[in-house]
Amino acid sequence: MSDASINASQSQTPEAGFGDYFALLKPRVMTLVVFTALVGLLAAPVPVHPIVGFAAILFIAVGGGASGALNMWWDSDIDLIMTRTRGRPIPAGRITRGEAFGFGMTLAVMSVVMLGLATNLVAAGLLAFTIFFYVVIYSMWLKRWTPQNIVIGGAAGAFPPMVGWAAATGDIALESVLMFALIFMWTPPHFWALALFMKSDYDEAGVPMLTVTHGRRATRQHILVYTLLLTPVALGLAFTSIGGPIYLAVAVFYSALFLKGAWDIWRRDEVMAEADGYGVEKKVFKHSLYYLGGLFGALLIEASLRTAGLSGWAMVGW
Amino acid sequence: MDFRKPHELHKRRFGRNLGLGLVLGGLVALVFGLTIAKVSTEGFRMPNQIEGAHNE
Repeated sequence: MSDASINASQSQTPEAGFGDYFALLKPRVMTLVVFTALVGLLAAPVPVHPIVGFAAILFIAVGGGASGALNMWWDSDIDLIMTRTRGRPIPAGRITRGEAFGFGMTLAVMSVVMLGLATNLVAAGLLAFTIFFYVVIYSMWLKRWTPQNIVIGGAAGAFPPMVGWAAATGDIALESVLMFALIFMWTPPHFWALALFMKSDYDEAGVPMLTVTHGRRATRQHILVYTLLLTPVALGLAFTSIGGPIYLAVAVFYSALFLKGAWDIWRRDEVMAEADGYGVEKKVFKHSLYYLGGLFGALLIEASLRTAGLSGWAMVGW
Repeated sequence: MDFRKPHELHKRRFGRNLGLGLVLGGLVALVFGLTIAKVSTEGFRMPNQIEGAHNE
């Protein structure tokens, strides 16, 4: 390439670096996918060869990343409007929509095929459905149509432990469905707590958010209702084959804290919230992160104890 | 001899190519590792052994 052509291409769009393609995969979301899928895989009653397990988690993460890239391809118009997302590779002009689509589709197909070859068809099918659900059902169809978009989007984020479990067992079980339900019910109160204190420009982008469409009072009520519905799911997991006394203790502790936080949010109005700079809402949002990390971490501890021959409830004589 | 300093664009391209090379190398190593893991499992049988078992 001549210097003249370098200058010409530079004046058009800055060329993408490796980091820009990596950013398309939404690496922060990927960490949650990796962690919950790993817990699903290790909590399963079937031992997995370490290399097969590593490959399974990697391809689940790549599949999650592919969903992120395809989501950015579809949402590039609204990403350009919102301050938070304006710096992403497509709206910033470093990657074209076509490149992002090709990148996302390639990774989506590759991750599903490779997961199928490394583990089994059930895991591959679930991963394919997760990608389809996030890209088509959530991003293309429901995100811009209903204020319940967070609830539906949460389902896509809830699939990884089920995929991890299926990678180990080749099946779907009550335990994996409950892990799905745990993340599914946790996502709305987690996100709506954030929506209450974050000034968002979703409205200008034409994305209906509950705080705008139904108001902040309704959002506070929704947080309380979803936290109430989440609690039996969180506690119920303790009495399945992957639970145990440690998980139950952690679940009771964090559920009590989360319920107290949701109750406090429900009792407050905007005047009270503004007076203390949305202190309670911020605390509940932060706590919701510890909640999910704590509960899945406890499942991991229970799985480690079972591997060491200390079986969950049998330890306490049940 | 005149070696000109590489342009920023070339550096970025090199970084991208290096990253892609490492990813592809990693994928090859992973597929190799997976193959070893699969053929090392107790229940593994070569396709001709399976065929032989059917013919018996």
